[in-house]
Amino acid sequence: MIEHHLPVLIVLVPLFGALLSSLTHRGSIAWGVALLATVLTLAGAIALLARVTHEGVISYEIGGWAPPVGIEYRVDMANALVILIVASIAAVIVPYARVSVAREIAADQHAWFYTMYLLCVTGLIGIAVTGDAFNAFVFLEVSSLATYTLIALGPSRRSLLSAYQYLIMGTIGATFYIIGVGLLLTITGTLNFVDLAARIADTQYDQALLAAFAFITVGIGLKLALFPLHVWLPNAYAKAPSTGTALLASTATKVAVYLLVRIYFSVFGVDKIIGDIPVLELLLILSIAAMFFASIVAVFEKNVKRLLAYSSVAQVGYMILGVSMATTTALTGTLVHLANHALMKGAAFLAIGAVAYQLGSVSLDRMKGVGRVMPITMGCFVVAGLSLIGVPGTVGFISKYYLVIAAFEKGWWWLAFLIVASSLIAVFYVGRVVEVAWFSAPDTEAAELRDPPLLMLVPTIILAAACVFFGVDASLTAGLAEGAANVLFGGYQ
Amino acid sequence: MEVLQAIAAHYNHWITIFLMVAGLYVVVARGNMIKKLIGLSLFQTSVYLLYISPGKILGGTAPIIDPSIEVYSNPLPHVLILTAIVVGVATLALGLGLVVRINEVYGSIEEDEIFTREDDDE
Repeated sequence: MIEHHLPVLIVLVPLFGALLSSLTHRGSIAWGVALLATVLTLAGAIALLARVTHEGVISYEIGGWAPPVGIEYRVDMANALVILIVASIAAVIVPYARVSVAREIAADQHAWFYTMYLLCVTGLIGIAVTGDAFNAFVFLEVSSLATYTLIALGPSRRSLLSAYQYLIMGTIGATFYIIGVGLLLTITGTLNFVDLAARIADTQYDQALLAAFAFITVGIGLKLALFPLHVWLPNAYAKAPSTGTALLASTATKVAVYLLVRIYFSVFGVDKIIGDIPVLELLLILSIAAMFFASIVAVFEKNVKRLLAYSSVAQVGYMILGVSMATTTALTGTLVHLANHALMKGAAFLAIGAVAYQLGSVSLDRMKGVGRVMPITMGCFVVAGLSLIGVPGTVGFISKYYLVIAAFEKGWWWLAFLIVASSLIAVFYVGRVVEVAWFSAPDTEAAELRDPPLLMLVPTIILAAACVFFGVDASLTAGLAEGAANVLFGGYQ
Repeated sequence: MEVLQAIAAHYNHWITIFLMVAGLYVVVARGNMIKKLIGLSLFQTSVYLLYISPGKILGGTAPIIDPSIEVYSNPLPHVLILTAIVVGVATLALGLGLVVRINEVYGSIEEDEIFTREDDDE
């Protein structure tokens, strides 16, 4: 019984968790609710993935209304993987929030923080699970509105400005997406992804279809911080509470990338539109620009949270690079990087959040010798940093391996060279942090510090360990990603 | 003449496009945070029209099932836009809430003023 309703339960559990925690008014109870809700969601996500692996695609009819009239939740290998990423990151980070939030946010707002946290997870999982274009918009806004509030809860007054700016940009993005969907609805008369795919395949090439495609691309591009639509991201990540940053950085952009891939390859299909206009070439140029430009900006950034945020823009570049190559291997690279980047950025932001917790600042000037006094925290940061660079034995290597192989398969040796070259820039920005944290003597202020409480330390270690584990044995992540890439590429049968 | 007729026949689209572009322009061109939100709302409102106006069928009635009625307007866009209106209201409310808080801590809602002040801080 419960098993049958799994696709909708993974959305409902965090949703009602959010409702409950908003009613508690007590931070500690809200935290308990959040922990329970995210752990249950994770269990659901694992069960769902197991079922999809054995039985194939699951189609769930909301309210018993059969698609295409009713809303369909459709789970296949691709979104089962994305849901698992979101659910596991959300569950791992909650314990960390207990201590971190207590320091960064006023006590009467703790319950609201967990409410927004759960709503954000609800929205992100909803986007991934739904098979309906308009439903995806609703979940996009659920997660976005929760995200704006999450950022506004941040410790500095700049958090409010960052939240406002993101609200403007995010709403424009979501509205662009919905304009595109509206045009598609007018052309085809349907919103269901499977149905849309079938009807778009039958429509003649026309300008309205092209306009719909363009609007959707720009709209989702804003959400996933595709260069040059990324300007909201560094401030948003830098000013959010540490826990919020870790959640957003590891999940929000990933889900947007998934939505883009789903619409490109499953709904429109490689031959239609994508074959007609040079959109993939455009994405290729933008992603290479992101890989270099954002990495170079990161090298000169003094605030470590902003540094990591710019690195995120660069890493999104690698994901879109996989999309722009449009082969199964490249898409596998994109999807495996979704999972891997969630792990490494999660670990990096949690480690930096721990520094913020102890030191009260994440400015490089004040972080001298932090690694010597907080060895475990900064050790995790180093592991995450090595992953960002793509050193063999870490998850970052696996992602880049697939992308480089895909480039060679296409005969684009120059692209393989660019991927490696841009990774070298990551050596500099990670290196700067490592140098300051480990190779300079701690000043009097830093000398007093030590590693944060276990509740913060354990989630950080888990994510950092996962960076190495899935870097050494990538059979699970790469296997799932490969299955997902095949599903996405095959379109809807 | 034909061109004029074609333009007039799609007057609903022209209104939609005008609202869309005007809204987006206000968001980009104004520095006042309230005005920006008004522009944003205008931009979102244009989408309501984009959805609803093609759903109207000339001579069709409201979609009520009755044997005497044969031509209905499409009910789906209305339902969708009802949801979109709720989303728009929520976004506007949150945006205004943020502006109130910004005004409390900065004493201004003009982006230029706030940013020059912030630059002094850092």
